[in-house]
Amino acid sequence: MDPIPYRRETPGTQPPALWPDYRSTVLRSPRKPLIALPHTLSEVTGPIFSHDRLQPNDADLTSQHKDRPIGDRMIVAGRVIDENGRPVAGTLVEIWQANSAGRYFHARDSRDAPLDPNFTGGGRTITDDAGQYRFITIKPGYYPWQNHENAWRPAHIHFSVFGPSFVTRLICQMYFEGDPMLPFDPIYMSVPSEAGRKQLCAAFDYDLTVPGFGLGYRFDIVLRGRDATPFEADDHAH
Amino acid sequence: MPIESGWATVGPFFHAVLPWKDGGVMAGPETKGEPITILGRVLDAEENPINDALIELWQANAGGKYNHPEDTQSGEIDPSFQGFGRVAADAEGSFTVKTIKPGPVRGLGNSWQAPHIQISVFARGVLKRLVTRLYFEGGPGNEHDPVLALIEDEERRETLMAKPDPKESGRWHFTLRLGGPRETVFFDV
Ligand SMILES: [Fe+2]
Repeated sequence: MDPIPYRRETPGTQPPALWPDYRSTVLRSPRKPLIALPHTLSEVTGPIFSHDRLQPNDADLTSQHKDRPIGDRMIVAGRVIDENGRPVAGTLVEIWQANSAGRYFHARDSRDAPLDPNFTGGGRTITDDAGQYRFITIKPGYYPWQNHENAWRPAHIHFSVFGPSFVTRLICQMYFEGDPMLPFDPIYMSVPSEAGRKQLCAAFDYDLTVPGFGLGYRFDIVLRGRDATPFEADDHAH
Repeated sequence: MPIESGWATVGPFFHAVLPWKDGGVMAGPETKGEPITILGRVLDAEENPINDALIELWQANAGGKYNHPEDTQSGEIDPSFQGFGRVAADAEGSFTVKTIKPGPVRGLGNSWQAPHIQISVFARGVLKRLVTRLYFEGGPGNEHDPVLALIEDEERRETLMAKPDPKESGRWHFTLRLGGPRETVFFDV
């Protein structure tokens, strides 16, 4: 029996390969049409990671060094769901981000802003049975980049998620609702629809806020889903 | 219905997190199958090396079985082989992967897919990952592979072929070109 395919990408919801406002796409964007690949076993399978992959403090970016990092401590939490609204349980979520001064712990980030010896900016966790994840980190700073005159990235956290198959892989960036830099950012603006862009903005959340500790932000992530099958419909009836 | 979150580039600063230690070593001495080394390169449309690319690989084991619950083919999972690799390109846009040659995998209907490795390419300037496959030049089953057959321009099928090293067996060269006249075939999955 053929594997159940995933739903194809919804047209008009993802950034194009060539987006000249983001200069680096020009030489790194295929120009020949992509070839539509029907989903075989090679596409509906994918790596599944166990908790062995995790180190202590992987989900708490403020506890990975001797002292606390400088910056506004915050909780970033949410759910990973699929396009049918079902939780994606047991999936690896990885994040990376700049420190509170807007500098990455990275050899190629030579900008004139301080490194924080107590902040590497990398995190990793696995979603629970309800698809939930939770990180403790600090709010990332803005940083300038060379894309255009006076270019600044909005505050953001990079997210990498696998989901249950090769097809469900996602890398995205989390932004903050109301950030004034958003409309000037060609990476954010490469997501075609306003609804799609809004979906990438974390919202302040009182319920996630921990008294005396840090503000909470909610960020839900949606991975590709499958069309409901008669089998699944039947399953739901029970 | 919710819709898949919008993709973004990995940017240039993912190295502290994404490339795991030994991420390019997918197989060990105990792994069943023919050990191979893939010597890869990633180039842009002007053939400049892409020194900040990240490559992910996903493949079946030597028996053609994926380590995943939805692979209900007969055959056994090799406990020493997950089938996933992740490696960053170096300053020359090069990367090295040590793995085993995958077996053939069932295709749709009654077809069989020739041994292949699923490839994802991420980089600064790549807003959404690029998906392609690595096949082995001269490999058994390539001429009947249903995915290669989707590529009408036969010359372009060549872009998916890893080439055997002329001097050392078990070494395969594979170049990814993100544009230009010899642009690699990329798939919409
Ligand atoms: Fe960034």
